[in-house]
Amino acid sequence: MTTSIVCENVTKTFTLRYHRTIKQISVAMARGEETSRTMRAVDDVSFTIEQGESIGLMGLNGSGKSTLLKLINGVMRPDSGSVLTRGRIAGLIATGAGFHPQLTGRENLYLNAAILGMSERETQRKFDEIVEFAELGHRLDTQVGHYSSGQNARLGFAIAIHVDSDIFLADEALAVGDKPFKRKCIKKMLEIRDGGRTLFYVSHAAGSVRKMCNRVIVLEEGRVGFDGDVDEGIRYLHYESDDEEGAADENDVEEYGDEDTGDDI
Amino acid sequence: MTLPVIEPERDLSDVPLAPPTAGNGLLGVLERRYLLRLLVRREISARYQGSFLGLLWSYVNPLTQFLIYWGLMSGLLQLHKQVQNFGIHIFAGMVVVHFFIETFGAGTRSIVRNRSIVKKMAMPREMFPVATMLVSLYHVVPQVIVLTIACLFYGWWPTPIDLVAFVLAVLLIGILGLASALMFSAANVFFRDFGNVVTVLNHLVRFGVPMIYPFAIVQERFGEAAQFYLLNPLAVAVLLMQRAFWVGTTPDPAHSLATDMPDHIMVLGVAMVAFSVVLLLVSQLIFSRLENKIPERL
Repeated sequence: MTTSIVCENVTKTFTLRYHRTIKQISVAMARGEETSRTMRAVDDVSFTIEQGESIGLMGLNGSGKSTLLKLINGVMRPDSGSVLTRGRIAGLIATGAGFHPQLTGRENLYLNAAILGMSERETQRKFDEIVEFAELGHRLDTQVGHYSSGQNARLGFAIAIHVDSDIFLADEALAVGDKPFKRKCIKKMLEIRDGGRTLFYVSHAAGSVRKMCNRVIVLEEGRVGFDGDVDEGIRYLHYESDDEEGAADENDVEEYGDEDTGDDI
Repeated sequence: MTLPVIEPERDLSDVPLAPPTAGNGLLGVLERRYLLRLLVRREISARYQGSFLGLLWSYVNPLTQFLIYWGLMSGLLQLHKQVQNFGIHIFAGMVVVHFFIETFGAGTRSIVRNRSIVKKMAMPREMFPVATMLVSLYHVVPQVIVLTIACLFYGWWPTPIDLVAFVLAVLLIGILGLASALMFSAANVFFRDFGNVVTVLNHLVRFGVPMIYPFAIVQERFGEAAQFYLLNPLAVAVLLMQRAFWVGTTPDPAHSLATDMPDHIMVLGVAMVAFSVVLLLVSQLIFSRLENKIPERL
């Protein structure tokens, strides 16, 4: 087996500043209030992921999932510890793609693909496929700033998924997609997983994590609270009761999984 | 239920493990020329987006400034009697001054302006200041063509040394502008005040160079102290431009060289290019230090 992602004692600290102008800072200092505070968003996280594993990254809001994703994706560098990856990385970070709001969908598509490491020829070859997947139609030539959050996520996902990546990071971008699009994404992500690429999936939906992943990492206030078997991880988070209640979102995936991917699993 | 780990299609065992942020820095920018090309093209179309005159503004702007300076300096201060072909004298300087001001101003804001991309995509962030510099360089081309045509009318014909002076001036401003933009673009993320600092500095630039007044006046007033005036690389770049274009248009170039140019202007030019390369390296170091905190502070 080849290792795909290795995190060793990764720590990322954020400085929270309460005041930003000279006036505010001097007033606060005169009153003896604190002007800034540091916060560990990711705290001493270590794990090793083999190529072909599919990881469900779970945890409450603010537990450091997005920050960890940014560290793996290379947007951020850890303050201490190391993150090492093997091969090309693609995916969506913290809901939605990095698009320039003033550019059209088409321009953003080329730019985004280039940032993800695609060459001009590769982009042209996959252009039609990406556009078809994103289902934007004539909106492709209007400014991305005018897109709905769903359309934004669609285009971002469509580009990222068509990159020949070795590691695919998927965030909760899917949450803003409508039901048919969500199904399409899940199907595509299962294809990626079955192709033996490393999948890193951030989700609150226990059902889809169960269908998609073979390992769960739970973050709690920046620390690894649990790392291991999927069912145990979901139980650890006390998310299993949601399954029975059947939250609307999860049911989609649940149904879908049963209908179309039953034989895969 | 636990899924089996699937055997990969692609064998990655010979691909090394590397930090996902590797390959950043100015060298990383050079490696990704396709992305740089896209950014430059985009920047050119986006700079004047939503405006009716569009790209024309980058000519209207220097043109009006030229007319103001020329009108003011020759009409009011009668400098045109002292400086031959005063229009050429101003315009030659203005080409590089504008190149610098645009690179510095737009480059400083480049990272904040592209925050939606910087926050979510991994790429060398030096890409944005570099792209801004190239866009400004692109705008220099038509101005140089106008300048050349005007000079030809005055009977100027480029000598090899003129061409060398011109290349040195553009090189000097390009590297210096990039170095300043790189340093300030990162600083601007932390305190937006730097955007305003740049505006103030850019005002100083216009008057700290021998563009709207001849270098002869500086030498006359300051005497020996004029050598300190020449420590300003922008002043040297403007003088190089005048060495390349203006000197050749005057009736007696040898006389103009003696009165309006410092000694060893070419040597000074080479030294300043070397200085800006050093400054660029320092800027890169500062940028790399600040870069870690950029995504969270945007």
